Amino acid sequence: MVDDELAGVFREELRDLLDSLERGLLDLKAAPQDMGLVNQVFRDLHTVKGSGAMFGFVELAAFIHRFETLFDKVRAGEVPVSAELIRLALAARDEIPGLVDGVADPEGRRDAILSGLAALGCPVAEAAPVAAAVAAVGGVAPQAAASLTLEFRLLGEALGLGARPEVVLGELRALGAGAIVADLADVPPLDLLEPDACHIVWRMVLPGSVTEAQVEDVFLFTDAEWKLTRDWPESGGFDFELGAAGTELPAVEDAAVVAPVATPVAAPAATPAVAPVLQAVPAAEAVPAAVAAAAATIRVPAERLDALMDAVGELVIVEARLTELARQSRDPALMTTAEQITRLAAGLRDATMTMRMVPMRSLVGRFRRLISGLSDSLGKPVAFNVLGEDTELDKTVIEKLADPLVHVLRNAIDHGMETQDERAAKGKSGTGIIELSAQHAGAEVLIRVRDDGRGMDPARIRAKAVSQGIIAPEAVLTEAQTFALVFEPGFSTATEVTELSGRGVGMDVVRRTIEGLRGSIEIDSKLGSGTSVTLRLPLTLAIIEGLLIEVAGEKYTLPMAMVQEIVALPKDRAEPKRSGDFLDIRGKFVPFLRLRSLFDCAGSAPGEQNVVIVSSGETRVGIVVDRIVGTNQTVIKQMSKLHAGVRAVSGATILGDGSVALILDVGHLIGLGRGAATQGMAFAEVAA
Amino acid sequence: MKLASLRKTEHLTLVTLALGSQTLAVPADVLREILDPLPVTRVPGAGAFVPHVVNVRGSVVPLANLKIALGIPEAGVDDRSRILVLEIPLDGEPALVAIQADAVHEVTTIETLRIERVPETASLWPPEYLIGLYKGAEGFVLLPDLPAIFSAQTSQAAAA
Repeated sequence: MVDDELAGVFREELRDLLDSLERGLLDLKAAPQDMGLVNQVFRDLHTVKGSGAMFGFVELAAFIHRFETLFDKVRAGEVPVSAELIRLALAARDEIPGLVDGVADPEGRRDAILSGLAALGCPVAEAAPVAAAVAAVGGVAPQAAASLTLEFRLLGEALGLGARPEVVLGELRALGAGAIVADLADVPPLDLLEPDACHIVWRMVLPGSVTEAQVEDVFLFTDAEWKLTRDWPESGGFDFELGAAGTELPAVEDAAVVAPVATPVAAPAATPAVAPVLQAVPAAEAVPAAVAAAAATIRVPAERLDALMDAVGELVIVEARLTELARQSRDPALMTTAEQITRLAAGLRDATMTMRMVPMRSLVGRFRRLISGLSDSLGKPVAFNVLGEDTELDKTVIEKLADPLVHVLRNAIDHGMETQDERAAKGKSGTGIIELSAQHAGAEVLIRVRDDGRGMDPARIRAKAVSQGIIAPEAVLTEAQTFALVFEPGFSTATEVTELSGRGVGMDVVRRTIEGLRGSIEIDSKLGSGTSVTLRLPLTLAIIEGLLIEVAGEKYTLPMAMVQEIVALPKDRAEPKRSGDFLDIRGKFVPFLRLRSLFDCAGSAPGEQNVVIVSSGETRVGIVVDRIVGTNQTVIKQMSKLHAGVRAVSGATILGDGSVALILDVGHLIGLGRGAATQGMAFAEVAA
Repeated sequence: MKLASLRKTEHLTLVTLALGSQTLAVPADVLREILDPLPVTRVPGAGAFVPHVVNVRGSVVPLANLKIALGIPEAGVDDRSRILVLEIPLDGEPALVAIQADAVHEVTTIETLRIERVPETASLWPPEYLIGLYKGAEGFVLLPDLPAIFSAQTSQAAAA
């Protein structure tokens, strides 16, 4: 289907069009003779249909098409504007949002409306004389049995410009196209293939009731060359070229010469009195096709998506096992199949994860109410700006994000924001600004809450942390590390320590929740001008790309998104040193941890060890491992509550050989590394 | 689970297993499956009671050593050792846990009246972890209070 982003654009556009359509219809009711209004309504309908089809809303396009057919007749003066027509048209207009959202129509309301509109536009009695007129013009009576063959190819750079043959084909199917065949004869060999050019010619059979105008509509937005052939049972069929969409009609005259009947078919716009004739034939074949076409959007209960995700997770694990077996077998056929399965599983995984994505917007509503409530009760006028509310996150992450964000936002307005008088004294605007922004950054989503309040004072935070014994008086902390102190348990329980806490509800709870989502949180603040709290969250909690490592024969997985680089451990660093373990990575000192000693591994380290540099925000920490095994798709399994106390592990995954590998909690390891760094630096200073 | 609540029914179906030289019995209705020894994965820093996790049909299940909780000495492993997968409530939610057994003996149905309170004088085992015991064909069979044993572990883990 179409990207949600694009569909969103279409929905925006649709809202305007529907407003305009409604206005037009109501005006038309007051002035039924106004052809300008009729044309406006027709244009609106045509645009909705065209862009609907372009964005893949096939059902919508089919619905509007029939709606539009009637207005085409109104435009031609064949059908008068009546109160009943306006009533049905408005009812039809009200169905459009439902069609776009894929709302089902169990009562058959839409069909009833369409039948009503069709009845207005095509009284059965009129069909016969009209058909006779055609017979008079062309000399050949059109027969319902006559079928059309259509052949088309995309021209030039159509593909590169975003043409979507599958959408075109979908629309043609909605018109009743069958026996669709792709002719690959013109497709060049691989080395000559231009990826942007489409070399495929499609051929299909259309029902006889389909008009050239309908086909033209299909190609309205596509640079394509197409040819419609009517197979007359009597004559055995003859061809006439209808030309390329958007260009001249080169062969029309020829066709007209060959067969006079081509004239009304080829130039319907020029002879409106005749044009509707073919359209007037009830599009009986088209209706079931349109109904059968899948709804543009389907609402699915969340549990079904979870079940699907579980199944995909199992598949990925089995796929890893298959790949492992295939590798061992060295059987080329089996390896090829395993590779295909790997590719399919990856596609299925991506599709499933995309389905689970929910925009931030679903959370923002309650934040607006929270901010406006707090703003009133605290007497602090606040403008709440939201940026990037379309940013999508896995639904599990979104659900768990609400509480921490409420806490951070409440802190921002309660503690971060000055009173109106204070702001005035500082020369700031009376209305404070709180901004919530969300954006994608690689495999992470950054969510930032920024205020233009009083900011945090690092000196006060440090003094308080020292007095509470959270840090040693001589500890050297960067500004970021100082701000991070407010996340320490016990720090915020004191009265009015910092502007960001002091409520007794700890920021440590916020940090724990975010870390539980495998995310991290950072604070940046400038005294006097504001604070920003940044949450970094993984896109998904279900399957991640992992780096498999080995320490003393045990395998562990690190989330690939947090791995920055891998370097060899210098020989002179093989044994721990008293002054702390640091690596010089391009001029920056990066502390590192030895998993062997952290995890009490038996045995001694191999001669060659590697250091995996992981990062979260600005902080980098190295993790010394024996061996890098490789990357793998990691299906995250929760650890049991019995292991809730093991902070270094955030989950587990099952490897191809059926064994379990633990997923390391990089956030926690970085914290440990930072702690070691602080001690090490302190030690180094004392030594110096 | 207390003895009194067990006695509400007349009979109880149990699976008996060996832990060291001791025989234990767990209710058959919490037993999900009995597996041959599996490759285990050590969880660093997890403590001696639940030191490992295992893959049970795609689920990562903690593997507990009841000998640690009950103070039963280790007596070597042979080819009779098994893994029992149990479903027990953990903090009010059903959860899968696996326990190691040196051997699995039989499924037996006994009258609940035969189960006796652990004598106060028996200081071999922690009394809070046992529901009771009964006299089997080859000596006493202990009924461990699994929810109590595992809940003690989760509250420890949460505190850590």
